[in-house]
Amino acid sequence: MSLFWDTNLGILILTVLKTLALVVPLLIGVAYLTYFERKVMGAIQLRKGPNVVGPFGLMQPFADALKMLTKETIIPTGADKVLFVLAPMITFGLAIIAWAVIPVNNGWGIANINVGVLYLFAISSLGVYGVIIAGWASNSKYAFLGALRSAAQMVSYEVSMGFVMVTVLILAGSLNLNAIVLAQKHLWFAVPLFPLFVIFFISGLAETNRAPFDLAEGESEIVAGFFVEYSAMSFALFFLGEYANMIMISGMTTVLFLGGWLSPLPFLANGVLWFLIKVFICLFVFVWVRATLPRYRYDQLMALGWKVFLPISLVYLVAVAGAVEYFGWLPNA
Amino acid sequence: MISNLAFYLFSFILLASAVMVVTSRNPVHAVLFLILGFVNAAVLFLLAGAEFLAFILAIVYVGAVAVLFLFVVMMLDVDFAALHEGFQRYAPVGALVALIMFAELAFIAGNWAIAPSGSANRLFPMPEHVTNTVALGQLIYTSYLPLFQLSGVILLVAMIGAIVLTHRDRQRSLHQNIAVQHARKPEHTLVMVNAKLGEGAALPVQPTEKETL
Repeated sequence: MSLFWDTNLGILILTVLKTLALVVPLLIGVAYLTYFERKVMGAIQLRKGPNVVGPFGLMQPFADALKMLTKETIIPTGADKVLFVLAPMITFGLAIIAWAVIPVNNGWGIANINVGVLYLFAISSLGVYGVIIAGWASNSKYAFLGALRSAAQMVSYEVSMGFVMVTVLILAGSLNLNAIVLAQKHLWFAVPLFPLFVIFFISGLAETNRAPFDLAEGESEIVAGFFVEYSAMSFALFFLGEYANMIMISGMTTVLFLGGWLSPLPFLANGVLWFLIKVFICLFVFVWVRATLPRYRYDQLMALGWKVFLPISLVYLVAVAGAVEYFGWLPNA
Repeated sequence: MISNLAFYLFSFILLASAVMVVTSRNPVHAVLFLILGFVNAAVLFLLAGAEFLAFILAIVYVGAVAVLFLFVVMMLDVDFAALHEGFQRYAPVGALVALIMFAELAFIAGNWAIAPSGSANRLFPMPEHVTNTVALGQLIYTSYLPLFQLSGVILLVAMIGAIVLTHRDRQRSLHQNIAVQHARKPEHTLVMVNAKLGEGAALPVQPTEKETL
């Protein structure tokens, strides 16, 4: 039996099964994240949130999905048809494939590759293409302005995010995400790197175009930003892509800073449940921030990225690298 | 077998997208094909086992350089017809260059053979039991540190050069220069003029000195 799983066909079947086991819960999670967000924001703003469809409104995501599916997809005249259809697929697809390397439990990733951090960073830096292509292909001024804004924003925040990741992997001594989580066995990186943890999370907000950095879709200025021309399922893909990206950034934060599947209390067993709880807490903070903070002005956003986050993360990186070298804390040295 | 097939598949896509970069009518499409080419080059690195290089290529070229490139091309107002007028005229020259390059490559590939003792004579043989990220780091930060630093300095110079070339202080904003304000004395700004009765007074004409607020 074990021989069969080592053949090419066996590996293929195994990978497909693993992928299904990860992607199906992930997609359900994405659907219910929309429900969760509306409920939490309702509670924060003293409303009820969705409560009509099904018990407690639990069937609301399915109702929304059916509505989206039955509507007509409108492609504007003068739009670049191929790219117009391709853009939401890119956004959604990239948000999903990033999960290929995230370990939800010890060794439970689909691919346990040596350069997991680089893979994550590469995928999250590709996310900007969905936005730019959508804005350009729509042949609309508002969409184009939104695309330019969010492209500049995502590129700016990626820089400090990269430095934060480098600092984490200096402490972990590995680019492998599994090894990074195991390196946090005694102390989660959120403790010694607390400022970077905050920077990473805020950059994550900017990277996913979430409030208070949702300038790309600033309703009051440019209608809905880059996806203003999208309708029906192509709109739904953008919408779900945003939520999938939120889950992905939460997963990255959990793995890099919050100790992944490791239990916070020594007498409790480690396990996938801890990973889920931590991701859930991160997602709650995402929603909480959206319901609480007003939107940033564009120049403030750029100033925050380049003049505050970048210097702090650079200095922290140099300080951590120096301390690690001086005190001989280098792992696997 | 499968890895060979994958190599041919991805190198075919790479070559096809490279052709499309040159021939596509729309410059934005050309840049998008260029990006597809970068991605496929990264995949080829992966197939060769150079995972670090593959992802660095993806991050630097696809994630940063090509985004800015796409930015610029989208903002430019290019006349597509004028762009393609030259194509006919320069096509023979391009074809000639391509032919020469191809002949040279064929010549090299036909005569190329790695000497049996070649790998033994390498200065830094392929390290075993370490990932190639670690192997690269051990070389770059020890034996080649000065060169590595030097290439960083070259990039810095290029960046400063670009900023110097494009930066223009248009004096549009009123900067407050506190040092100038502190150094200002009453005699710089105040003139006592005695007004005669019935004649009024006018300020004596002075050469005005431009200074920031």
